[in-house]
Amino acid sequence: MKKTKQLLAYLILMALGLRSAYASDYTLNLMKGVTKVSNDIYDLHMLVLWICVFIGIAVFGTMFYSIYHHRKSKGHKAEQFHENTTIEILWTIIPTLILIGMAIPATQTMLEMEDVKDSDMSIKITGWQWKWEYEYMSNGIHFFSSLDEKSNQARQLNSGINPRSVPHYLLNVDNPLVIPINTKIRFLFTAADVNHAWWVPELGWKKDAIPGFINESWTYVEKPGTYRGQCAELCGKDHGFMPIVIIAMEQVDYNVWVEEQLVSAKAAANSANKEWSQEELFAKGETIYANSCASCHMNDGAGMGATFPAITNSPIVTGDIDGQIKIVMNGQGMMPAFGTMLSAVDFAAVITYTRNGLGNSVGDFVQPSKIKSLLSAVPEDDD
Amino acid sequence: MSAVAVENEHTHDAHGAEKGFLRWIVTTNHKDIGTMYLVFALIMFFVGGTMALIIRAELFEPGMQFVDPQFFNSMTTMHALVMVFGAVMPGFVGFANWMIPMMIGAPDMALPRMNNMSFWMLVAGMLLMASTLFMEGGAPAAGWTFYPPLVLQTGNALPFAVFAVHLLGISSIMGAINIIATILNMRAPKMTMMKMPLFVWTWLITGFLLIAIMPVFAGAVTMLLTDRFFDTSFFDAAGGGDPVLYQHIFWFFGHPEVYVMILPTFGIASTIIPVFARKPLFGYSSMVYATIAIAFLSFIVWAHHMFTVGMPIAGELFFMYTTMLIAIPTGVKVFNWTATMWKGSMTFETPMLFSIAFVVLFTMGGFTGVMMSLAPLDFQYHDTYFIVAHFHYTLVPASVFILMAGGYFWLPKWTGNMYDEKLATLHFWLSAISVNILFFPQHFLGLAGMPRRIPDYAVQFADWNMVSSIGAFIFGFSQLIFVYVVIKTIRGKNCEKATDEVWEDAHKHGLEWTLSSPVPYHTFATPPEKIPTEHL
Ligand code: HEM
Ligand SMILES: [Cu+2]
Ligand SMILES: [Cu+2]
Repeated sequence: MKKTKQLLAYLILMALGLRSAYASDYTLNLMKGVTKVSNDIYDLHMLVLWICVFIGIAVFGTMFYSIYHHRKSKGHKAEQFHENTTIEILWTIIPTLILIGMAIPATQTMLEMEDVKDSDMSIKITGWQWKWEYEYMSNGIHFFSSLDEKSNQARQLNSGINPRSVPHYLLNVDNPLVIPINTKIRFLFTAADVNHAWWVPELGWKKDAIPGFINESWTYVEKPGTYRGQCAELCGKDHGFMPIVIIAMEQVDYNVWVEEQLVSAKAAANSANKEWSQEELFAKGETIYANSCASCHMNDGAGMGATFPAITNSPIVTGDIDGQIKIVMNGQGMMPAFGTMLSAVDFAAVITYTRNGLGNSVGDFVQPSKIKSLLSAVPEDDD
Repeated sequence: MSAVAVENEHTHDAHGAEKGFLRWIVTTNHKDIGTMYLVFALIMFFVGGTMALIIRAELFEPGMQFVDPQFFNSMTTMHALVMVFGAVMPGFVGFANWMIPMMIGAPDMALPRMNNMSFWMLVAGMLLMASTLFMEGGAPAAGWTFYPPLVLQTGNALPFAVFAVHLLGISSIMGAINIIATILNMRAPKMTMMKMPLFVWTWLITGFLLIAIMPVFAGAVTMLLTDRFFDTSFFDAAGGGDPVLYQHIFWFFGHPEVYVMILPTFGIASTIIPVFARKPLFGYSSMVYATIAIAFLSFIVWAHHMFTVGMPIAGELFFMYTTMLIAIPTGVKVFNWTATMWKGSMTFETPMLFSIAFVVLFTMGGFTGVMMSLAPLDFQYHDTYFIVAHFHYTLVPASVFILMAGGYFWLPKWTGNMYDEKLATLHFWLSAISVNILFFPQHFLGLAGMPRRIPDYAVQFADWNMVSSIGAFIFGFSQLIFVYVVIKTIRGKNCEKATDEVWEDAHKHGLEWTLSSPVPYHTFATPPEKIPTEHL
């Protein structure tokens, strides 16, 4: 009842053209974005939109004039003409000219968008089911970026969490992509499993990430800020849950960020060599499981039908540990190969967690150093 | 319906329909088969509509309330397949069956047995497709476009979906061959090509489109099948294949396919508008040529669905220019319809109301089409709700509205009873208003950045999604009025009897109005002498 009333009130508000309480920041139109290309696109969009509105008014105006005046009920007698060469030529030529008028700026913008030459740095972006992998070609920084934990909890079926209480619900990630401003950045796109598309509206475009292919695009952001986007090509179950966040910073801040990343990458590499306790790994494994596994095998490990088998009491998880490591490392069926996605520590942690949590109690665990040596034994297949 | 119809026909015609249930299984009569196609299309319209309402219920509010994401994807996929292959296409085939022989003065379709077979293959194909909903791994969930590699992750359903497509394809091709053969060979001697009603012309051209594209689609899905089961790698880069190749093949089918759904729409609109404007159609021959131009262009624009896959610049520009060109013949058509109304003596019975709404709302879809044809803009619009709005404007208030219009227009001729004009007008206004509440806000959503095919969304999209869902439910339930009106008209209780010409002076516009109402089971056993020419 309350709902219906809310709805009614809502509809009335809508009808009055007022914004309801929630609608603080919705937009009706394309955003201008923060690059020259996105601004060019916006201008062209507005131009074409107004042309359409204008033609619409002319055509529909004529039609409604006629509907009003040329009615039988008003006693209008039908005239019997059915041809008029002049007007037919006119309404072929005029639209043609209008189209040419649109095609010229569109061609210019298109050429500009395709021009990836003279870039200052390159970032390789790989789409995975369902996260993004970023690799900075110049300094080796490399990480995965997935939906942030808060959104992820709220978006579970009947989670009971109000999405409005989650900051940037579904548009937030654990590790954002960081880029410097005033730099021409070339992006290289590919995918590991199925097609994805990388789209940040404020940059003005999206580009498909396709397995086995490399696509290129570029951007030049002038304004520092946080820009959000989403995967735009249907890529399976969690297609709606692999957002993109870019933080554009001044060059100096960016340099600091790069430094930090390199230091923590080193630390991570070292920690893979140290001896870990089962408890340490188990504790770490819980978050890794929630981020990387729970979307298919579910939070409690119960799985989902035959496609996404249960972890709890799974013969593989409770069986020989090397067998489990092999499957997780190389993937199977719809499950991606986590060997390339998780660090050695995270990998060991999640193995430990699944064997001793989620209703299992095998009792054994694996050291990150062993995973590290297994991973380096896998032949690199660079393309 | 059968009881009433059979009785009527027996009084009219000694050699009537078979009695009982078997009549519908074995019939070769174009009117019976037309009826079956239309009833089937209507049922599928409600099946697909239910799926749409599941989608809109989930999208009513942010957060996941009703279905899991995988099932949501199955719903978007199946909704599209059911609507395209089960509702809209069979709907127009139904009209073709009923009307083409009557419009060209032929006794029946050229290939009546094949006609029966293509109908039952359609039923088999759709049942097979629907059965995938109950299979291990769920129904296909990779979108109606079946893009690999994603579609290859489908569970047990994949081969069944592929075979369903084969059946539907064969059914469509047989239907198309039949229609072409009928139009080219069975016309009354005086019915020359340039006197044919536009519905006949548009179906002739549609028939050729179907024959050209259905095998392409069948080939594409067969390659998916062999990629999955027989170790080929047509679309697998790791084996030297190319996932983008699939998209090229699919859209070579897919773009003309959308014209398969719109050309007969144009045809029916061009038939209805002159009758209620009491004027000849403006620019008959330019309508014919525009249709041919659109059909030709539809084969060279396919990659406008793929501007973001990483085509070379020459490809982007070529497909941008060709797509823009389509706006010209399409514009000519809209201008012609407007000019047909101009200085007419219009009345606004329900078929006319739906047709006017079609002209206006289809044109809106055309506008967004032109916007998306500009490649740089499509880098923003592509795969967002903006395109969802675009194609729903070109399909729902266009193709579906015209299917309704055609129903109201010819039902009195078929049954001999007038439909309930009050209820039909109510049906129209509810549909026309709610369809805009449903789809107009989707333009805003797309522009504001909401991708299509997502089961949940960021909270800034909440308002318009709620509005859209409300529109969807009003629209969905309004369609029940249509069913009620149709059933009431068929039964004929308390209905006004239709005159032979049904609509004022309609007999000047088409041969079908020169027959008695209800039409006898067999018509034009001898070709008509006089050909109406008011539509020229
Ligand atoms: C003036 C005529 C038209 C133009 C210029 C046009 C243009 C376009 C473009 C450029 C796209 C691709 C958008 C994208 O994916 O980013 C598109 C998609 C689409 N159009 Fe049109 N269109 C026109 C008319 C029609 C008509 C008449 C129909 C159907 C009856 C139609 C149905 C569709 C459908 C179904 C899609 C989306 C398919 C999908 O991705 O699933 N369009 N149109
Ligand atoms: Cu995706
Ligand atoms: Cu198209």
